[in-house]
Amino acid sequence: MASIPQDLKYTEEHEWVRVEGDTATIGVTDFAQGELGDVVFLELPETGDEFKQGDSFGSIEAVKTVADLYSPLSGTVAEINETLEDAPETVNDSPYEDGWLIKLKLSDPGELDALMDAEAYAKHIE
Amino acid sequence: MEGKQTALYEKHVAAGAKLVPFAGYLMPIQYHSITAEHQKVRESVGIFDVSHMGEIWIKGDGALEFINKITVNNPAKLQVNQAQYSAMLYENGGFIDDLIVYRFEDRFMLVVNAANHAKDLAWIEKHAPSNVTIDDASHRMSLLAVQGRNAPAVIQKLTDTNLDDIKFYWFREGEVAGQRAVISATGYTGEAGFELYIDNESAPAVWDAVMEAGAEFGIEPIGLGARDTLRLEMKFALYGNDIDDEHNPLEAGLGWITKVNKGEFIGREAVLAAKEKGLSRKLIGFEVEEKAIPRHGYECYQGDTKIGDVTSGAWSPSLDKGLGLAYLAKEFTAVGTKFELDIRGKRKPARVVETPFYKRPY
Repeated sequence: MASIPQDLKYTEEHEWVRVEGDTATIGVTDFAQGELGDVVFLELPETGDEFKQGDSFGSIEAVKTVADLYSPLSGTVAEINETLEDAPETVNDSPYEDGWLIKLKLSDPGELDALMDAEAYAKHIE
Repeated sequence: MEGKQTALYEKHVAAGAKLVPFAGYLMPIQYHSITAEHQKVRESVGIFDVSHMGEIWIKGDGALEFINKITVNNPAKLQVNQAQYSAMLYENGGFIDDLIVYRFEDRFMLVVNAANHAKDLAWIEKHAPSNVTIDDASHRMSLLAVQGRNAPAVIQKLTDTNLDDIKFYWFREGEVAGQRAVISATGYTGEAGFELYIDNESAPAVWDAVMEAGAEFGIEPIGLGARDTLRLEMKFALYGNDIDDEHNPLEAGLGWITKVNKGEFIGREAVLAAKEKGLSRKLIGFEVEEKAIPRHGYECYQGDTKIGDVTSGAWSPSLDKGLGLAYLAKEFTAVGTKFELDIRGKRKPARVVETPFYKRPY
């Protein structure tokens, strides 16, 4: 079974969000990495890029398939996970911790209310 | 999930396989990791369940003549215990399927793609003369592929048949792990190894025996995902991707199996006409010169001119780069030719290269 931490928020496109202050850390869920299989590399935005909720902010290339990444919230990219450049498999090995993708400085924290909690996401992937 | 189960379904579930519907069967796409499974086969040995493949027996006085008529290669060249790669064509020269023809003492076996099995069988039955009998054994036969440099050592532990005597594309009938088997020196990976045709009832026992005999080499079960990347590194064609009813064998680089001088066969006139006219496109291998993964359906360009389409692509675990096959307009097919791939709206540089991409080091 795919793990779904209780303290995160989730999107229908299988991203997770961890909010600390006005910054959101974003990654893909354990379910998503399992469905994708071995991640080969990622196309991620640059620090300073701005996204609206639902915008595509990059893509994730796995051996069998490619998936778009959609921004769960609106904001400005504050940091990207540089370690994924050399170790993309971290997304498979540690999707909720070391395999995070980007950090967003939020422009509208109210959008968070629209995301799913762990229970709703568990239903979503049933 | 809907789908027929092979005789080894329980083995796959127990091994933690991710099962996906494929050609009507639930098949293991991967067990743990496509790249790790790929490397296992390249470096040691792996076992594949490919029981979804179709086996069609043809016998009777007219069998050889009939197979000569419906396939492009020349079955008359086969000795008993020998196999040949071949294909069936429509009258217009497009592929019905690619297949392997096995010659036994008194009959032939055609091994066909699972996705084409029903279509192939209907075609064969429609064209069969009264002096042959057709027996579709697909539902009662299993097929295990044991592939990798250590595969011969693993199988030799389980059989009295001397495997050194079985040259590439030859086979023997014998026993493996005490079960009746056709031991065929064939495969879809570019490695040494064997394919074992066995009765469904024998399949679990043979699977377990191979796993046990292979333990000292670290044998692992390998899914269809790695089967695809392994075959792509060898430029082995995959029906539905690289060959189909809209392409002929000459364009596909399979002129070497198409024996137009062997006499009449279905599709011959079309192949001769295509040859006479000259090819407009050819299947080539290419590599991407940046970090990018080509995939089926991506378009190929030089400047604003579209020059072809990608038929297969993957990230090559052996070469650590993006590789693919594409039909390109004839004038762009020379090795070294540079072109661009349209990957989801972005242009990436690519180059026609020699194939196979991978050459085994032993």
